[in-house]
Amino acid sequence: MASESVAQISNNLLYCAMAVYAVAMYCYAAELAFGSRLRRGEPALVTANGAGDTSYDEPAAPVEEREDRTGKAERLGRIAVSLTALAFGLHLASVIARGISAGRPPWGNMFEFSVTGSLAVTGVYLVLLARRDVRYLGIFVMLPVLLTLGLAVTVLYTESTQLVPALKSVWLVIHVTAAMIASGILTIGFAQTICYLVQERRERTPAEQRSPSFMDRLPSAAVLDRSAYRMHAFAFPIWTFAVIAGAIWAENAWGRYWGWDPKETWAFITWMVYACYLHARATAGWRGRKAAYVALLGYSTFLFNYLVVNIWLVGFHSYAGVN
Amino acid sequence: MVDSDVVHTAMSTAPGEVEPPSGPGALGPRGMGRWAWRQLTSMRTALLLLLLLTVAAVPGSLVPQSAVDPVRVAEFTAQHPTLSPWYERLSLFNVFAAPWFAAIYLLLFLSLAGCVLPRSRAHWAASRARPPAAPRYLERLPVHEGWTVDVSPREVLDAARLALRRRRFRVDVGSDGSVAAEKGYLRETGNLLFHAALLFLLVAVAVGNLFGFQGSVLVAEGGSFSNTVSAYDTVRQGAAFRSGSLVPFTLTLDDLSVRYEQKGVQRGAPRDFKAAVSFTASPDASPKGGELRVNHPLVIDGTKIFLLGNGYAPVFTVRDGTGEVVFSGPVPFLPRDGNNTSVGVVKVPGAKPKQLGFQGLFLPTAVLDPQRGPISVFPDDALPRAVITAWVGDLGLDSGAAQSVYRLDTTGMTQVMNSGRPLAQSLARGATMTLPDGAGSITFDGVRRWTSLKVSHDPGKQWALLSASAALIGLMLSLFVRRRRVWVRATAGDDGRTLVRVAGLARAEGEGLADEVAEIATALRAKED
Repeated sequence: MASESVAQISNNLLYCAMAVYAVAMYCYAAELAFGSRLRRGEPALVTANGAGDTSYDEPAAPVEEREDRTGKAERLGRIAVSLTALAFGLHLASVIARGISAGRPPWGNMFEFSVTGSLAVTGVYLVLLARRDVRYLGIFVMLPVLLTLGLAVTVLYTESTQLVPALKSVWLVIHVTAAMIASGILTIGFAQTICYLVQERRERTPAEQRSPSFMDRLPSAAVLDRSAYRMHAFAFPIWTFAVIAGAIWAENAWGRYWGWDPKETWAFITWMVYACYLHARATAGWRGRKAAYVALLGYSTFLFNYLVVNIWLVGFHSYAGVN
Repeated sequence: MVDSDVVHTAMSTAPGEVEPPSGPGALGPRGMGRWAWRQLTSMRTALLLLLLLTVAAVPGSLVPQSAVDPVRVAEFTAQHPTLSPWYERLSLFNVFAAPWFAAIYLLLFLSLAGCVLPRSRAHWAASRARPPAAPRYLERLPVHEGWTVDVSPREVLDAARLALRRRRFRVDVGSDGSVAAEKGYLRETGNLLFHAALLFLLVAVAVGNLFGFQGSVLVAEGGSFSNTVSAYDTVRQGAAFRSGSLVPFTLTLDDLSVRYEQKGVQRGAPRDFKAAVSFTASPDASPKGGELRVNHPLVIDGTKIFLLGNGYAPVFTVRDGTGEVVFSGPVPFLPRDGNNTSVGVVKVPGAKPKQLGFQGLFLPTAVLDPQRGPISVFPDDALPRAVITAWVGDLGLDSGAAQSVYRLDTTGMTQVMNSGRPLAQSLARGATMTLPDGAGSITFDGVRRWTSLKVSHDPGKQWALLSASAALIGLMLSLFVRRRRVWVRATAGDDGRTLVRVAGLARAEGEGLADEVAEIATALRAKED
């Protein structure tokens, strides 16, 4: 088959994936909207006082909640998860087809990085979902994935072609894959941090005075904070590895391992801000909201690196392929 | 024991850390020094320094940097004549070498060192000390299990000791009928390793800057250069760099082949650069052949040579008014766009009676656009044309001031005119432009390619890689290893049976402690039954 037609198949699969993602997003939204007021993911009561180690995300569900789980909201939630898995399959097939049509790893320009990067976001979500009940995150994952894909197919679209010589290296696989996986995990952490900030604000009002909201379906602020921390703590070494791999590649391609090229500078800034976040969580007076704001800042520096530096700042990393 | 929220990536949650006094007043110079040291090494200060360093790096990506792209700095200076002197004063064109940037990271590293050292000492002591003794009432701990068995307390404790050893706990048998065990010291080891490795990384970078050398040189096909400081067009060398440490090789560029995309929207995008070179590793070595590609540097005796840019060097022959050949050879032109529209100048100081200068536009695949005039439509040399204008007069080379080889200083020159308009001619290969009034002529003989090569020597880079890898390993240990304590207590009951209690405590947030305690309890029960 000609590579053009495989590229066309890849594009069609991507549109299908986007449609399924959109339906999944509505199902997640409906689940949150129609669900009962009971919270999910409350810590099990066996290990009270918070000092020890509690299995926060796999609670022994109270009786009422178990009843709710057979209700309409539960059915919607399950449909949403199935649709997410289906969309992920289509998305993955699209990425593979793109790779086949170009005859190389499909992340050589910004369009491809966006498509494969958002695949990583869904992938991380599904892996997490297999281990814990994080369905509440569904809508907050579908939204950025759809936005990224929308941006990719409209603004960033680039035809499937060969690589420029600078990208022909095994480090393209190592460095960019690590960066994409890290950004997928950071995106989930970002979503959880936002949820945490909203929930924390909500929890300042005594429970009986709160007006009903879909936020009641989300875990408590403490649980969200802890889950977000885990995501960031997991992503940070991967990001570190991506930066080191990039430095090794730079040494091999440009004769210096670090040259303060804008992309490098912003990778460093992102690394530093997340390092601040990890430290802030252990510093009195910074725990909680302040640390969460640092995490949000970290994600925004990552977004800046992805969108602004790629397109507007001149540097060695100008591979966006966007005209 | 700290609450579960404390993350042990924090350096100054060090054991024994004292809350600094509220202010330095009336402390005396020594007390003042200690107060300042405590402030500097406190977590809050480290955090602020981290944030500050982050913010300080931002202008380095937004303002053009002379270490990264001096041409853009020059352009910026020309465009912003009032702003630039201030930028210059604030080192904004050189952020990463600026004193204020250095001040921040040096303070940060000092603060870091002030944390790593006492904590290493404390960790050393802790890893040799016995695990803390079992609390009296294990049932008050958050994770615990209890049951009764028929064997004696001593047998239970022996079994517990073995079971915990097997699980790689450090175990200590207490005199009060208990076993204390602790595990996960690697967490703090990793934490210390990470921060110490960052200190070494800074040293490695400094070594590279002090003893390193980077030179880049532009070589046309057929041209060669030897690895000496003076042979390079641009050089960056460290203060402690000795030119004697350069490998004495000589390299000739035999051929540069470039392949471009021929069709589709990416038409004209480069696909492959390949430079065939021959070199002698030392003056008396025999010549060898080699190949250079992007991402595939050539290594000669440990020195890496990189292929960076490329362009065209049109070959010209210039005759002066007397008919003498006063110049002949390739002249590197600088590409200006994706289709390799290139500009350059030919300076002929030896021309008589007056010096000659030519400004040229080289178009590898030339097309005459009705609006824009002659342009290049493809980067490969399918239909090369050189568009030339000529100047006569003083090139200004004798004044001693440095001059760019890519720019003509026309202050002492007059442009050669032809019936009231500047003389300009588009030359095909082999064509000659004759200047009026017998001033001379220029012939476009053909075109060669040039490549810019970079030679880099950084004695700190292996150490930098080693430090970075150590930092990564340390980081993973400090984030993923869980430190936890487990205690087992066995007491003889009144009924002759033995009451066994197992309890655990985790120091950092994490999961699985309950599972681990349950597993240990199950293992013990299996033994005893």
